[in-house]
Amino acid sequence: MTETFEKVEDIEIRLLLEALYHRYHYDFRSYAMSSIRRRLRQAREQLGFATISAMQERVLHHPEMLDDMLRFLTVQVSEMFRDPSYFAAIREKVVPHLRTYPSLKIWIAGCSSGEELYSFVILFREEGLEERTLFYATDINPEALAQAEAGIYDIERVRLFTENHLDSGGKGSLSDYYTTGYNRCILDKSLRRNVVFSDHSLVTDQVFGEMQLVSCRNVMIYFDRDLQDRAVGLFRDTLPRNGFLGLGSKETLRFSTHADGFREFVRDEKIYQRIGS
Amino acid sequence: MKDNPNGAIIIGASAGALEALSMILPPLPATYPYPIFVVVHLPPNKRSVLAAIFDLKCQLRAIEAEDKEPVEAGFIYFAPPNYHLSLEGRTHVALSSEEEVLFSRPSIDVAFESAADAWGSQLTAIVLTGANHDGSQGLSAVVRSGGTAIVQDPSEAFARAMPEAAIRACPSAQVLTLSKISTYLQNIENEH
Ligand SMILES: C[S@@+](CC[C@H](N)C(=O)[O-])C[C@H]1O[C@@H](n2cnc3c(N)ncnc32)[C@H](O)[C@@H]1O
Repeated sequence: MTETFEKVEDIEIRLLLEALYHRYHYDFRSYAMSSIRRRLRQAREQLGFATISAMQERVLHHPEMLDDMLRFLTVQVSEMFRDPSYFAAIREKVVPHLRTYPSLKIWIAGCSSGEELYSFVILFREEGLEERTLFYATDINPEALAQAEAGIYDIERVRLFTENHLDSGGKGSLSDYYTTGYNRCILDKSLRRNVVFSDHSLVTDQVFGEMQLVSCRNVMIYFDRDLQDRAVGLFRDTLPRNGFLGLGSKETLRFSTHADGFREFVRDEKIYQRIGS
Repeated sequence: MKDNPNGAIIIGASAGALEALSMILPPLPATYPYPIFVVVHLPPNKRSVLAAIFDLKCQLRAIEAEDKEPVEAGFIYFAPPNYHLSLEGRTHVALSSEEEVLFSRPSIDVAFESAADAWGSQLTAIVLTGANHDGSQGLSAVVRSGGTAIVQDPSEAFARAMPEAAIRACPSAQVLTLSKISTYLQNIENEH
């Protein structure tokens, strides 16, 4: 009984993901199933559908429901200077290499609502590299990208951001970069001077030029192994020899088919460097 | 290629976890036939030393899981702080930074539910000491999928709220002392 029930649910999930792909070109078909299953169960409950098939019928015929689906299907948890030791390693170990380039391009892939992007811009400003850098911030979730472009966060989060910034070796005070009002923290728009925001999927899109640094944190954990290989393949193509790739603290290239294209640069922080070939 | 294991153990624990796990994991032999997943509530922003401690204490290898870690018999996989651990089928561990569940990341419920999906009746799930209600929902999912549910006897638990909640949610669970749980795990192949 139960066994059959579980299998029906998996069929429904597969059909819903197909529907989203064919109708809207959002491709979640190779995402990690355990997490997709959990979030679609949540969506079904919270949006009040009896079955996942019923939800599929609705989203297929009502484009206005797509944003709801995306909200459940993409995970939008982020912080400024999340894992301060990662940003400390970028500052201390990666920046000295980047200084040797007259101009820089860096790519924040899966930037969510912008916290990681602004962390990089502030770090680069503090290190005197901002002027020569073009930042690409990409994501597939339009609501998240709009928030990233706005650069406005709940004031209650600023304390954590400030602590993280300090722990990451931040030079000035984070408060130099924002103003407050109406319980919100509004980041200085000058931080966006050299930023390009763009809708880009690591599943269906191609690379767009050579980057000296790619930071893609806590995005590929939602992909299955094959899809991770595709995404890392993109990074392999976009990084020249000696370019850097930073991942989330529990992500690794150990299991990747592209492991031979990289070496561990700061092992504990999951910062890799592109090697020849 | 090694044969895929035909069963798995998953354990959830909170306050008092170290002592409780120290009674049941070290006696297991290096040739243990199943993988063991362990979810312990941890402070989010500190590195955890649990896997290192148990790697020293145990005959089995204990590691903190990274994303898409392959699953093998004879390994103990600890959930890292600040990530949910789930099972991606029977072959891999997956991590996620989704919202906290019942104020916890890792969440025992999340891990148990995915383990129930992956292993069905071949799963043994154990709820140990803890001062919250995490694990009850997950244990119910394990029971619904035909798995074996075990709860530490609350009367000997360092914190009794978590095992008590699990028993309320799963009246069919076996309620055992740590020493009985230890025996159960050592004889697991005869228990099924
Ligand atoms: C958990 S957030 C990570 C945010 C940030 N990088 C960090 O570590 O704090 C994951 C982000 O990945 C995005 N994402 C999911 N699938 C994607 C894809 N195929 N291509 C690009 N971004 C994707 C989601 O929309 C979400 O904003």
